This record gives sequence, structure tokens and C-alpha cells, in this order.
Amino acid sequence: MEKFTTLTGIAAPLPMVNVDTDMIIPKQYLKTIKRTGLGKALFAEMRYKPDGKLDFAFILNRMPFKDAKILIAGANFGCGSSREHAPWALLDFGIRAIIAPSFADIFFNNCLKNGMLPIVMGERDVQEMTREAQDGKEFTIDLERRRVIRPNGAPVPFPIDDFGRHCLLNGLDDIGLTLEKTADIDKFEDEQRKTQPWLYSAPKAEAAAPAAAAPAAS
Amino acid sequence: MSDPRTLFEKIWDSHVVHTAADGTTTLYIDRHLVHEVTSPQAFEGLRLAGRKVRRPEATLAVADHNVPTTNRAAGIADPESRTQVETLEHNTSEFGIEYFSMADIRQGIVHIVGPEQGMTQPGMTIVCGDSHTSTHGAFGALAFGIGTSEVEHVLATQTLVQKKPKSMRVTIEGMIGPGVTAKDIVLAVIGKIGTAGGTGYVIEYAGRAIRELSMEGRMTICNMSIEAGARAGLIAPDEKTIAYLKGRPMAPKGAAFEAAAAYWRTLPSDFDATYEREVVIRAADIAPQVTWGTSPEEVVAITGRVPDPANERDPQRRAKLQRSLDYMGLKAGTAMTDIAIDRVFIGSCTNARIEDLRAAAVIVKGKHVAPTVQAMVVPGSGLVKQQAEKEGLSKIFTDAGFEWREPGCSMCLAMNADRLQPGERCASTSNRNFEGRQGRGGRTHLLSPAMAAAAAITGRLADVRLFKA
Ligand code: SF4
Repeated sequence: MEKFTTLTGIAAPLPMVNVDTDMIIPKQYLKTIKRTGLGKALFAEMRYKPDGKLDFAFILNRMPFKDAKILIAGANFGCGSSREHAPWALLDFGIRAIIAPSFADIFFNNCLKNGMLPIVMGERDVQEMTREAQDGKEFTIDLERRRVIRPNGAPVPFPIDDFGRHCLLNGLDDIGLTLEKTADIDKFEDEQRKTQPWLYSAPKAEAAAPAAAAPAAS
Repeated sequence: MSDPRTLFEKIWDSHVVHTAADGTTTLYIDRHLVHEVTSPQAFEGLRLAGRKVRRPEATLAVADHNVPTTNRAAGIADPESRTQVETLEHNTSEFGIEYFSMADIRQGIVHIVGPEQGMTQPGMTIVCGDSHTSTHGAFGALAFGIGTSEVEHVLATQTLVQKKPKSMRVTIEGMIGPGVTAKDIVLAVIGKIGTAGGTGYVIEYAGRAIRELSMEGRMTICNMSIEAGARAGLIAPDEKTIAYLKGRPMAPKGAAFEAAAAYWRTLPSDFDATYEREVVIRAADIAPQVTWGTSPEEVVAITGRVPDPANERDPQRRAKLQRSLDYMGLKAGTAMTDIAIDRVFIGSCTNARIEDLRAAAVIVKGKHVAPTVQAMVVPGSGLVKQQAEKEGLSKIFTDAGFEWREPGCSMCLAMNADRLQPGERCASTSNRNFEGRQGRGGRTHLLSPAMAAAAAITGRLADVRLFKA
């Protein structure tokens, strides 16, 4: 995973609430078995007209926002499905940080797993930054010091937990980190096997469906 | 005496492998469900890193999102869909994971299959690369959706790195009226707390109206917890839960079942446990619900009208309401029962269990789908389909002019060939009415199976309570 330390770039304002993952990447692009190349599918139904041509009314199709590295959005960004294709598409387009008053939980986690930074900020700050972003000026995000530096030079602090920040700063793969705890996991399983043995001896699904599997008529 | 604990806290506490100083927890995962859309990159990641699946026997896989609902014998026509399903088949056989293929009677929507097989049990932690994993909370299991990187993490380590969510209790007091169902309860909850109302929380549903629900109804409620933004939904296990599980293929047997049941009975929240947020709704106030917009929170009673954005003071929210009205092709003030529909979809992990099909069949029996409407029923699994055919429900539907399909996600997300045309308006028992969800330009109204059936017959959104069965 690529490290995230500081990021300087243009921020695209997208002042909409409840931007859902179906909007970020429609399902017809979920049929891939790869993580890459999804940038072209980002916001497809808003970015392209029904005939497939770019719709220049949409912010990410216009200069300089075509090259945005940051997105500034409304509350509850990323709600809906768990599809990690949503952060993959944003990342492939070039967006590495999103600033919004709130995020849906799964989307938020998915960003962190891909070296992307979701930044939660108060509504007022987000509104002011949305206005500033419209001029196409650059913002800087300093993860080390947990702050966004606005085009006018004003720093705005943001919260992020230590673990998420540590992983981002160092580009860590958290599977590797968890595997270092294998002894703890073994111990947990040994204990659980004693207290809830049925979790370890449960019969496998049977090849043919027994009558009992059919829901009883009420 | 230990401190009083909620159901959620009991499950959480019993699955902590490790907690770091900042509260980040390594949480043990008991069961893992896998489908074709969110897993290929996870298996690929394992292969690239040379990692194994830690407990293949704790995992079950099924293809559901991409599968065709007609003419299964012909296979999957779309090459990309076919590749995705074949990739799942290949990955599960390589890593030793049980897989229900399209030809297996047990195949169906992953969240219908897990409970049906008895894999879903109280007190467990259950995950799946799918947001509607919240469904399994109906059994008193902590179940939540995860992304593909996390799927890979669970496959490799049987754990997840998590922050402990907050807890909320939603109490539905008293009893619901006739014609009101689990779907109406959960839509009313979302209407009240909003699509972000549950963000950061696990919601426990309580109160008489919830206790009185069947397991199927409880699954409908927990299923849509994610539409309120919640990490998970939970309902305390009781004798109904235990009776449902008894005899299911993957549930414990004999003495092991009794031991498990004794443990399950200790799980409900202690009576003096506290929650970070409480919401109370009177069941008697809930009428059959239907959404008018493009977010599940944009919902009204069937007796209501399309709202007017002019009444919303927040400019961003007002813009969202207007955008919803424009997308849905509706005018503020229109009575919901004046809205004509083109399509009806009875299906999805929210409402494609046997009880849902029975509820719809009661309304449909002896009548015919309106000539302007195309209607279909997509059972949630092969076993649900078989049961419905045995009970004669399929005949009631086909006699009335419904199409009777093979199990899968189908037009819930329109990833296969089942989709709306631009501008088409659909009464749907699924869970999301997002723009384009059921097909680009398609317009979705979410409602209960009985309400969907009534809409199919009348050709308009209709109040099922006024409907002569
Ligand atoms: S039925 Fe719909 S919501 Fe449920 S798993 Fe399938 S696509 Fe997702």
C-alpha cells in the first residue's frame, strides 16, 4: 500500500448529501475480478450522457477538477453497499482524500485499507472549503500533524485514530500486522473450542436438502 | 456482580482477541459468507502473498448477484458475469471452501441461504463482503458487511480489526395494526432516524411488536439496518429463534444443540443495561409505508403525499429533495395512491423468504395483474422456491400473470439481465431506491410484499388495508 504523508492538490467540490456507492460506481462495473482500471467508471451515470459522451456539466469533467486529488462532499458520503470498487474507482481517478461532514462506516474503512484518507470535518468548515475549492486552488493535507491547510494558509485540524494514521503513514498491510498476533488467535480458538464446542464440530451443509430445511408452514 | 451488559456487548466481549491502547480491537469472526462480486480480489490477494485460508470450514460461498433468473440450463450469457461466477467456483475449490453452485437447490441470496442452512446462530460474529449482512442480526448474531480488503483479512486471519461501535436501542411499543408488516416497521424507523441516523451504532430492536414477529420478519428488520447507516442490527434470541434453528443442516445436533441453546438463552441484554441512544416508536402509529424518493429515508405512509421541497429549510437538503423529485418524475403534493406503476418486483434478501411470498399470494389469489404492469417474483433461494411450489403459491402467481423466476438478487440491483428501462416505475420489495439502482433511469418505490402485490393488481400504489382479499 502506498504511504500517505502529505498531499497537495486541487479539491473538487461535490456539495451533495447522501452520495451513495451506486452513484460512485454503478453495478455494471462491478463485474471485474481486478482492483484496477475503475477510474473511468467513477460517477459514470453523472459523468457520461446516455450516448456515452462526457457531460461537461459534471465537475470532474471540467478543468482543473479533472486532476483533483481531493473531493469535498456533503454528509453521509459513501452510504449504501460495501463495494470496495467505490474507493478503488476514486483512487484510480486520482482522488486520495475526501473531506465531508460524515461518512458511511464501511466506505470509511474501505478507504483506509487502500491508502486513502477520509477526513471528517464540521459542516461549517466543509461549507467554507467547498466555496474555496470552486476557484480551483490547491489544498494541502498533512496527516502527520492531522490538519488540512486551506488555500488561504489557514490550518484546520481533523481527527483520526492512532491505528489508522499509523497504517497510512507507513503504508502498512494490516493482514501482516494481524498475522503477527497468530499466537493470540490460536489461544482464542483453543478457549472458544472448550466453551462453545458446537462452533467447531457443527455439521457441514448436507449434500441434499433435508425436509427440515424447508421453512415450516405457519 | 458484573456490570449489566447489552446483547451487543456480550457478543463483542466474547470475541476480543486483542485490544490496542487506542481501543482498536482484533475481533474474532466465527462465520464468513462469500459471494462472487466482492471476493475475487480478496482471493487474488491471498494468492499473491502466498497466504492460506485460516478456517475454510467456517466459510460458505454462493453465487447470487450475477446469476440469471431464467433458463439456467443455458448457463450465464454475459461473459463478464460468467467469469465472475467461474472465478468464485475456482477460488473456493482451490482454498477448500464449501460452495453452492447454480445447479444446487440450496443456491440463493447469501443472506437467505445462511439462516436457512442454520449457519447463522445466536452469539456468533458473522461477516460477508456485502452490506446486508446485517440481516443475520435477527438471530442475535453480530453480523456486518465488510469491504473486499477485509474479506481478505478474514480469510487469512479469521479476525477483523475494528473500532467498537456505539449501541442504540429502537423500541417498537405495542402491536402493529392489520396490513402492517416488518417492512413497514423498518421503513418507518429509517424515516424517523434518517439514512445516517445509525452511523457508528449497532441497533438493537426491542419491544412487543418485534418479539411478536416471525424469524422472517425479524430478518427483514435487521436487513435494512444498513439503510439507517447502522453497522449492524440485532434482535434478542428467544424460543422462536431456537425453534427455527432446530434440525437445520448446519445447526448443532442432539446434546450439542441443547448446550448451544442453553448458551443462547444467556445472551439477551440484561434488563438494566444501558444504551448510548434510545428511540421509541409506537407501533400503532405505523401505517403501510412506501418511499417516494431516491433514498430510503424519503418515505411516507401510503395515505400520505409527495412532500414539497419548499418546506425544507436546509439548502443542501432542499436541493437533494428536488433532485429526488426530478429523478422520480413526481410533483410535490401528489397523493401516493395516485402514482401509476409499470413494474413490480417481489424479491431480494429483504423480502424473498417463504413468508413474504405467502403474504403476497394472499392478495394476488384469484385476481390478475393490471394490463399495464409487468410483474415478477424471484424467490430468495432454491429451497424457498421449492417450498412455494409445494404450497401452490407459484401457481397463484403465474395464474395472476406474474413471472415466476429462479433464485438470485435479480432486479434488486440489476446486475444480471433483470432491470428497469429508463423512466420505468417499479413497486419493489427490495431495500434501495438509489438513482439507477434497478437500471439506469429506473424509478423505485420500496414497499412490503403485500403492498407490492396490491400495486400489481391495481396498477397504482395502493393501500393494502383497503384491499379485498
Ligand atoms: S438481494 Fe439485493 S441487497 Fe440483497 S444481497 Fe442481493 S443485491 Fe444485495
